[in-house]
Amino acid sequence: MPIELKMPALSPTMEEGTLAKWLVKQGDVVKSGDILAEIETDKATMEFEAIDEGTIASILVAEGTDNVKVGTVIATIAGEGEDASTPAPAAAEPPTAEAPAQEQKAAESESPAPKKAESGSAQLASDKAATVSDPAIPAGTEMVKTTVREALRDAMAEEMRTDPRIFVMGEEVAEYQGAYKVTQGLLEEFGPKRVIDTPITEYGFAGVGTGAAMGGLKPIIEFMTFNFAMQAIDHIINSAAKTNYMSGGQMRCPIVFRGPNGAASRVGAQHSQNYGPWYASVPGLIVIAPYDAADAKGLLKAAIRSEDPVVFLENELLYGRHFEVPKLDDYVLPIGKARIVRPGKDVTIVSYSIGVGVALEAAEKLAGEGIDAEVIDLRTLRPLDTATVLESVRKTNRLVVVEEGWPTCSISSEIVAVVMEKGFDDLDAPVLRVTNEDVPLPYAANLEKLALVDAARVVTAVKKVTYRA
Amino acid sequence: MAKAPARIASTEPAVPNRERPDEPERYNASKEQLLEFYKQMLLIRRFEEKAGQLYGLGFIGGFCHLYIGQEAVAVGLQSALDGDKDSVITGYRDHGHMLAYGIDPKVIMAELTGRSAGISRGKGGSMHMFSTEKKFYGGHGIVGAQVSLGTGLAFAHKYNEDGGVAMAYFGDGASNQGQVYESFNMAELWKLPIIYVIENNQYAMGTSVNRSSSEDQLYKRGESFRIPGIQVDGMDVLACRGAAEEALAWVRAGKGPIILEMKTYRYRGHSMSDPAKYRSREEVQSVREKSDPIEAVKRELATLGITEEQLKPLEAEIRKVVAEAADFAEQTPEPDPAELYTDVLVETY
Repeated sequence: MPIELKMPALSPTMEEGTLAKWLVKQGDVVKSGDILAEIETDKATMEFEAIDEGTIASILVAEGTDNVKVGTVIATIAGEGEDASTPAPAAAEPPTAEAPAQEQKAAESESPAPKKAESGSAQLASDKAATVSDPAIPAGTEMVKTTVREALRDAMAEEMRTDPRIFVMGEEVAEYQGAYKVTQGLLEEFGPKRVIDTPITEYGFAGVGTGAAMGGLKPIIEFMTFNFAMQAIDHIINSAAKTNYMSGGQMRCPIVFRGPNGAASRVGAQHSQNYGPWYASVPGLIVIAPYDAADAKGLLKAAIRSEDPVVFLENELLYGRHFEVPKLDDYVLPIGKARIVRPGKDVTIVSYSIGVGVALEAAEKLAGEGIDAEVIDLRTLRPLDTATVLESVRKTNRLVVVEEGWPTCSISSEIVAVVMEKGFDDLDAPVLRVTNEDVPLPYAANLEKLALVDAARVVTAVKKVTYRA
Repeated sequence: MAKAPARIASTEPAVPNRERPDEPERYNASKEQLLEFYKQMLLIRRFEEKAGQLYGLGFIGGFCHLYIGQEAVAVGLQSALDGDKDSVITGYRDHGHMLAYGIDPKVIMAELTGRSAGISRGKGGSMHMFSTEKKFYGGHGIVGAQVSLGTGLAFAHKYNEDGGVAMAYFGDGASNQGQVYESFNMAELWKLPIIYVIENNQYAMGTSVNRSSSEDQLYKRGESFRIPGIQVDGMDVLACRGAAEEALAWVRAGKGPIILEMKTYRYRGHSMSDPAKYRSREEVQSVREKSDPIEAVKRELATLGITEEQLKPLEAEIRKVVAEAADFAEQTPEPDPAELYTDVLVETY
């Protein structure tokens, strides 16, 4: 039997990619370690190596084919003694670039992709979009499908074009084009003076950035992830957040600290934490955690323009998601304003960042059961837009808070406290929280899944507060 | 048995043959300049003595770190800077640096007493004072933080191509902080215009340099980053000024950062609440008698023909300035309660 070569995943979250180039052709003899092909995603490029010896019997996906699903058979190798000229049973003839989808389907049906361990990130990764646009978008505006990653990059590039004081600094932001490719293309456009690779010294470069902001510049400091920003948190809090107050308003610190935050996929406890509640507890900081691409763009632009220090929490699992972004010359959103992403009358579900997708997914399921949920995306965690939450609760009289993060001393705790203090009389049921489990995030796929929030848990909580359980 | 390898490696110099700054010369001050140094140092001494008194009377709260004994460092170094473009940042022992920059003693003392007229409107206190007007960027309470922040100021000078140099002061204690070395690395890598000034007053709170530092010659601390260092007599204001000239020439020539280790001594405790049991009274007394920076300038002035009698009016004037600052700081009102909520953020959201 020929050996099947399957489309590899470059990362735990990759679902499909481009087969950019074949470096071998049918009939070539290959041995372990030979480079067979180049695989690309919007994030990275990888060389695909042979791990078996033999002769390339067939190439099933032509080079240049986009959207090749992980696990699709892309070629076959005939082992020693096998007839390389016999086409693989999966595909009668080599597919052309024009018809890759059909071919993949055929390949998949013959040999299903190896089942990826189902991790918790899948349950977080809802592709639900808001049903209502932001009021800041004028009617009739053209909407463009954009990934969150591109939206963030566009926000930085647009602001950098208008203000020469803005620069981007961090690990791998320049020549590598960003560890998660968020800064792709910035070095080319703005040059090494304004797009600066640093050594792996978070404490040091967070301090350098903060000092540069005190000295009159507008730095954007990228942390490869916010897990590493714990090494730098002294500068974020003691140096950046407190200086304006301590100086009696004399010394400002207009800086943006940004990067991915929260659980990624199967990266274990040290790389999976939501720092939203940590930073949101600090007076002097602005904390933003957007869900979709339009908010990511509009709020990052606002963050860069702000005269205050901003912690901008992105999410790795959302980087590759497509959302509609309004095609406007200068799309800037107000900081500190939540958005009703799905109007409803029976219950309010409040969330932020990746939790919004989970909430929307739950809302859809609930709609099927006759429960009309209103979903609010907080978008900014400090200052918190409690007015929008309270107003919604006044209407629905029931509240569930969804948070991809720990329950203790969390944003959900804060929302519960606020509604207790200011919306008690509007409540017809106790407020419930749906959060991650109160444990360090485990690696094992099944345990990770158990630890993270999902739509089913939100549905259960909503049924409780609506007394439908 | 194989022969031992030839000892080639050990014959190479420990420090490769790269460019180094010249050994600084003691500054050749005019009579007027020397008088000015004397005046500034005496102002710091008298101001700090008064601050100590006010602390004892309960007018000043919290932490209060006095600069007494170290006056020559700030006065000597800052006299060489260009006030229009160079920037300064330091740690929490910051009163002396502010006075050396000509900031009004009244607003400094009023900050120490937590009054509305204080330079930080009473919200910062002894450790958190700033004057962006004078390019004095604080006044930072976390040991070592000012080193990274100062490196950021230097980054801004280079980015803006304004010709400015950042001077970041820190102590022998801070010189063991990790972020200092992260900053050294980036500063040399990017050839940032910064002078790192290690004010080695021999004690990090109660721990002497020898008990805390595996390399106690702190001017060598930049070697593995290729940052040259110079050890300076921090009790001699003219040596300080001379070293600043050399360091500035190095940095302004685009050669990157440089380290000045200022060997100095603080007479008082680490802060007002430090009984200083870790050293003997004799040790302190001996430094005061033999190496006091102000007495040294006085002797120098005498050789230029200025008698102690001639200095009396100057000293009286300084006492008056300090007394007025203290009176002002005691009498000027506390911040309005509404000030509690101002300056948290610059913008409203």
